[in-house]
Amino acid sequence: MLDIVSLVANAEFWSAVLRIATPLIFGTLGVLLCERAGVLNLGIEGIMVAGAFAGWLTVYQGGGLWSGVAVAAVTGAAFGLLHAFLTVSLALSQHVSGLGITLLATSLAYYAYRVSFPNVSTPPTIQPFAEMAMMPIPVLSSQTPLTWLALALVPALAWVLYRTPLGLALRMVGENPAAVEGQGIDVVRLRTFAVVAGSALMGVAGAFLTLSAFNAFYFSMVNGRGWICVALVVFAGWRPGKALGGALLFAFFDALQLRLSQQAGGIPYQIYLMVPYVLSIVALVVVARRATYPQALMKPWRKGER
Amino acid sequence: MRLEARTRRSRAALLLAPFAAIAFTLAVTMALVAWAGSPIGETYALLFAGGFGSRFAWTETLTRATPLVFTGLSVAIAFRARLWNIGAEGQLYAGALAAVAVGGLHGGTGFDLPAGVLFPAMLGASVLAGAILLLVPTFLRTRFGVDEVVTTLLLNFIVLLAVSMLLDGPMKDPAALGWPQSVALRDDLQLDKLVPRTRVHTGLVYAIVAAAILAFVVRATTLGFEMRAVGANARAAAFAGVPVARTMALVAVISGGLAGLAGAIEVAGRTGYVTLDMSPGYGYSGIVIAMLAGLSPLGVVAAAVFIAGVLVGADSMSRGVAVPTYIADVIVAVSLVSMLVATLFVRYRVRLR
Repeated sequence: MLDIVSLVANAEFWSAVLRIATPLIFGTLGVLLCERAGVLNLGIEGIMVAGAFAGWLTVYQGGGLWSGVAVAAVTGAAFGLLHAFLTVSLALSQHVSGLGITLLATSLAYYAYRVSFPNVSTPPTIQPFAEMAMMPIPVLSSQTPLTWLALALVPALAWVLYRTPLGLALRMVGENPAAVEGQGIDVVRLRTFAVVAGSALMGVAGAFLTLSAFNAFYFSMVNGRGWICVALVVFAGWRPGKALGGALLFAFFDALQLRLSQQAGGIPYQIYLMVPYVLSIVALVVVARRATYPQALMKPWRKGER
Repeated sequence: MRLEARTRRSRAALLLAPFAAIAFTLAVTMALVAWAGSPIGETYALLFAGGFGSRFAWTETLTRATPLVFTGLSVAIAFRARLWNIGAEGQLYAGALAAVAVGGLHGGTGFDLPAGVLFPAMLGASVLAGAILLLVPTFLRTRFGVDEVVTTLLLNFIVLLAVSMLLDGPMKDPAALGWPQSVALRDDLQLDKLVPRTRVHTGLVYAIVAAAILAFVVRATTLGFEMRAVGANARAAAFAGVPVARTMALVAVISGGLAGLAGAIEVAGRTGYVTLDMSPGYGYSGIVIAMLAGLSPLGVVAAAVFIAGVLVGADSMSRGVAVPTYIADVIVAVSLVSMLVATLFVRYRVRLR
C-alpha cells in the first residue's frame, strides 16, 4: 500500500497521467460532439491512425509542428465528411459506416506509409513538440502545447454547447431532429457540421501520439484508444467536464499500471496491459443504468419520413 | 438532396449492385496503384492471377476463405438480430485456444482418448469458448443496457493479451525457441487435405455445411423468424410474445460459437498450433463479408471467396510489383462502403430537390 502512495506522490507521475489523458481528451470530445448531434462515430479508431500518420508525414517532410496538427485535423475532417455523407445524407447504418471508416482510414494510412517508405526497418523520426518549460506551473510545465490545447478545449466546447445558439441546436438535433427541422434549421447540415468538427478533433488526438507522445509513426500505435474514447463518453454522460474527469481518472489507472508493472513481482505483464480495457468495460457497466443517451442517437433521419 | 423510397424495386438493379460496387472500388484503388508508381494493368493482372488465376491460386484462396466463411456467418447471424458482435476476432482466438487445450499434446501427456472422442470434444470446446465470450456482452446488454459494440471491441484486446499470456506460460510450446507459440495439436486430430499437396483442407466442407444449415435456420425455422423479429423491432417482437432475451442469448451462442469454430478449424486445418498472428483480422473481415453478402448465409460463402481472393492475390502481387499488400485492406474497406451505397440506391431514389 505504501508502495502505491510513494508511486503516486510525485510530480512525475501526474505528468504521465496528463500525457496519457491528452489523446483521450481530444478523442472523447470528438466523440461527444458527434453523439450529442445524434451520430455514433465508430470511425474514431481509424481516424486517429490517419491523423497520426498525416500529422507526422507533414512534419517529416519539412512542415511545422502546428501545420502537422492542422493537416491531421483536416484529414480527420475529410473522413468525418465521408461518415456524415453516409450516415446523415444517406441515412445508412451508423455502426457499419463507422467500422467501414475505421477500416478505410487505417488501411489508407498503412498503405500510404508503405508507399512513402518501402524499405525502412526502423521508423523515421521527427523532432516532436517541446515541453512548456517557460510556464512555472508544476506538472503542466512538463506538458507540450497540445496538452494545454486539450485542456483549453474542454471549457470551450462546454461553452459552445451550453451557452450559444449553435450549441442549443446541436444538442437539440441529437434529441429531436424533427423539432430542429420545425425551427427552420437544416438537420443534415447541422449534423454534418458536428461530425466533421468532431472527426477533426479525433485526427488531432492521433497527431498527439506522433507529434508529442512519440516521435515516429508505428503500426497499431493507436491500439484501441479510439474505442476507449467511445466508452468514456458514455461514462461521462455526454458532458465535456465529466469527459475530462473520466479521461483523467482513466489515465490515472493507466499510469499506475505502467508503474506497477515495472516493479515486477510475478504477475505477467499482460495482466497490467489488460487494465485499461477492463476498466472501460467496468465503467460502462457502472453507469449503464442511469445513462441517458441522446434520444436520437443512432436514429437515422430522412426528411419527410417518420 | 433527399431520398425517396422506391415503390418498385428492380431485380436487375439488385443483381447489378454488387458489380457496380466492385467497379467503383477498382476505379478508386487504381488511383492508389498509380500513386505507388506501378503499371495499373499489370498490377491488377497479377492480383487476379494470384487469387484466381491457377489451380494453386484457387487452393490458396479457398484455404484463406475457410475461416472467413465462419467469421462472416458469425457476424451475419448476429447482425440479423441487431446484436452488434464486433468481437469475432477475439472469439476466434478463444476457440483456437480451447481447441489446443483439449486436443493439444501438453508436452506428450494430454488427454489420452481416441481421436473419435477427442475431435468432437475439441470442436465443442471451441464453440463453447466463443459462445461464452459473446454471451457476457449480450447479457450485459439485455440485463443492464450496456452497448455491446464497445464491449465486444474491447474484449478483442483483452483476449489477445490473454492469448499472449498463455503462450508465455502454461500453453507455451517447450520446443519452440523463444517464439510465442502454443503446444501442437495431436496429429490424429488434424484435418485431412482436400486436394493432395496443397493447403486446402476439409475445414472448407465444414464451412459450407455450416452456411447451408444457417440458410435453412434463417429461412425456415421459428428461430430464424424470431431472430428477424427481434432485429426489426425488439419491442414489437416482445409484444408479439417473442422471448427477446432468450433469442438474443441463442443468437449469441450461434454467433460466438461460429467464430470460435473458425479458430479450431484454422488450428486443425492449417497452423497446427496457436500463434499471436494466426488471424490477420479474420474477425474484422467477417464484418465486411457479412455486409457484402447482405447478411445472407449463402451469400457469405461467395463474399468470403471474393475477399480471400483479393487478400491472397495482393500477397502474390506485391512480390511482383512495388505495391504494398495493404492495398488489399483498402480494396476490402472501399468495397464495403460502396456496397452500402449501392444497395441503398436499389431501395431509394435520390432527388436533387
